[in-house]
Amino acid sequence: MATPLDPHAAIAIEAGGVDGPLTTADGQPLNRALSRASRKARWRAFMLVAPLLLFIVVTFAFPIGQMLYRSIHNDGFAANMPQLSEWFAETEPGTTPDEAAFAALARDLQASAEARSIGIVGTRINYEMPGTRSLFTSTGRKVRGGIEPPYREALLEIDEDWGDPSLWASMRNSSTAYTDSFYLASLDRTRNVEGDVVQVNENRRVYIMLFLRTLWLSALVTLMTFLLGFPIAHLLATLPLRRSNLLMILVLLPFWTSLLVRTTSWMVLLQQQGVVNDLLIWLGVIDNGGRLKMMYNQIGTIIAMTHILLPFMILPLYSVMRTINPSYVRAAKSLGATSWTAFRRIYFPQTLPGLGAGALLVFILAVGYYITPALVGGASGQLISNMIAEHMTGTLNWSMAAALAAILLGGVLILYWVYDRLVGIDNLKLG
Amino acid sequence: MTNTAHDDGFVVFDHVQKSYDGQTLVVKDLNLSIGRGEFLTMLGPSGSGKTTCLMMLAGFETATHGQILLDGTNINDVPPHKRGIGMVFQNYALFPHMTVGENLAFPLEVRGLSKAERDDRIRRALDMVQMGAFASRRPAQLSGGQQQRIALARALVFDPKLVLMDEPLGALDKQLREHMQFEIKALHERLGVTVVYVTHDQGEALTMSDRVAVFNDGRIQQLAAPETLYEAPENSFVAGFIGENNSLNGTIADLSGDRATVRLANGETIEATAVNVHEVGQPTTVSIRPERIEFKDAMMPDGAHTLEARVMDVVYMGDILRTRLMIGGEYDFVMKCRNTLGQTRLTPGDTIRVGWHPQDARALDPV
Repeated sequence: MATPLDPHAAIAIEAGGVDGPLTTADGQPLNRALSRASRKARWRAFMLVAPLLLFIVVTFAFPIGQMLYRSIHNDGFAANMPQLSEWFAETEPGTTPDEAAFAALARDLQASAEARSIGIVGTRINYEMPGTRSLFTSTGRKVRGGIEPPYREALLEIDEDWGDPSLWASMRNSSTAYTDSFYLASLDRTRNVEGDVVQVNENRRVYIMLFLRTLWLSALVTLMTFLLGFPIAHLLATLPLRRSNLLMILVLLPFWTSLLVRTTSWMVLLQQQGVVNDLLIWLGVIDNGGRLKMMYNQIGTIIAMTHILLPFMILPLYSVMRTINPSYVRAAKSLGATSWTAFRRIYFPQTLPGLGAGALLVFILAVGYYITPALVGGASGQLISNMIAEHMTGTLNWSMAAALAAILLGGVLILYWVYDRLVGIDNLKLG
Repeated sequence: MTNTAHDDGFVVFDHVQKSYDGQTLVVKDLNLSIGRGEFLTMLGPSGSGKTTCLMMLAGFETATHGQILLDGTNINDVPPHKRGIGMVFQNYALFPHMTVGENLAFPLEVRGLSKAERDDRIRRALDMVQMGAFASRRPAQLSGGQQQRIALARALVFDPKLVLMDEPLGALDKQLREHMQFEIKALHERLGVTVVYVTHDQGEALTMSDRVAVFNDGRIQQLAAPETLYEAPENSFVAGFIGENNSLNGTIADLSGDRATVRLANGETIEATAVNVHEVGQPTTVSIRPERIEFKDAMMPDGAHTLEARVMDVVYMGDILRTRLMIGGEYDFVMKCRNTLGQTRLTPGDTIRVGWHPQDARALDPV
């Protein structure tokens, strides 16, 4: 009876086959036959996605990994100042620098100045303590020809700032290649002379405020897109097809326009000499002296971002609403519910998957928004992403930019996790 | 099946018309009175206006003209949630984000019933449809038949006086559908609730209803008890729509009282019962049920008029033999014989004489 056949063509199931593992007609274990049969299909499927996988690894995973690595690794000081770094490693934080420390500093400065890497060292300390780069470069020039002991007096002779305990604290913070100092700085913290984590001076506390402002504005923009988008999505889902298509084009039209064009057109509308103010004056709502400031502040950022992110809320909502059978609301009414109760208890809960997807999409996009706040935000409308860009292109402190970005990423992931716990990610419908 | 609920006008459609586009009428001058405790079915092909009538009764559509009375009061301007009418939808419309228990609690909550009373009513309603163990399930976890029962329980849990059902069994397979027909009928008889049932399935209509309103083209073609509908259709549409039907086209040759003589296309004349024919010479369609045709001399009813027929083919259907005949120039003339032990087996090509009682041949309006 057991003719050897193609392994997955015939499977012999014995009468009481619960006890032993199932075998194919020619006696092989069934799961081995199955995995062999499907191996080729799996391999082919993998080869189909391999180019994309490679692309993502090369252009996405690898650079992001590199960036995140930068946020904890910066050997600008440690690599160029080996002897002093060793002294820091051997002593406790808060130790007053002795002659040996100054000797190590002097020799390292001389070596670094001769190797022309003193600028890198100065830049690294400058991240910790702004305004110190020139101290390193100017001292470097003077010690290049050689420096005589006693080193302490000699260095203080060159510049008495070398005796500043906070400078030594900054050098200690930078003395290891792997460091948490960028993360501390991102949270407006630093290490003092004793090595304890403390808040930075009040006038330098900016990042936590920016993080909070970013989260708050993103939440506000999400709420605004919800309030504006929900009725439109409902209209889209319930209108007859011909008219809903027209409305859909109106929703998508801004989508097809460049982000920059949309943002600058808001500038035309909202500025103090702009269309909206002129219109309000013409209508007599305000007088010429009381022109509203709707630009270069948070209001401008909120208005422009809400407009730009609106389609990301409308589209998932629409796709979910379209699948909600109108008979649910009818059933609720026939069971005695008023229109409001039917909406609140029957219709709205069923739109939650779309609302969740839209809210998550808008919020995550808003958290990382850069161009719009940069153009219309002014000082009070700047977000954390603008600061990341500033560190990337302005101060060239990439480690700091990486640390800020990593914290932002971590925050979004935590929110995502909370969302998953509260709503469930399976309940998400993007389209 | 006909527990003759006397028609006390519990639900009344009074000259109701409905138009969606202002050009055509979907419902044309509907007059219908439904008695308390009656099981009335609106039967008709799709687009005949039956569902529109149901929706007007439920309050989801407004009548363009005329009024609808419920228990003596005009409900034209009463919003659906104040009508207190239970409704079972075609797709059940169980709320997917709620459990079965929550679905049943919904109508009770919006009516402000206490928790204890809600629980008591939910338990009774679930027991009524033998679904007591399913209160904590979600609708998606139930089979079609189970969802149907829950939809039924939800429509009944708040004790409505009137329950509307919009093709509730349409999505079930044949066996389950027949089973549910009997359950719904049994529930109706036990609770004494008035039911208005919409379907396009004539079998469903005949087995369940006290009366059936056959809809076509926005009008009620005939409103009668199932057996009247089947045995005494008043026009060709009803005769053709309910059950299998043979039609012979001809003209009225003679008319006296309710007896008509009809001349067929090939010149032969047959006797028939005049139903809605009025004058000699008018065209008519004679309707005869396939199971009322006889071909054995011994079984021929008294006064039967016989015609020559040729057997075209015989289809064996188990309980019956369905024989297609050529008669009076018409090819699709069907005769059904019970498959009994001594039944004569006909073969294609045989020439036989068939006949029927003139009472079974009904001269109706021409198709």
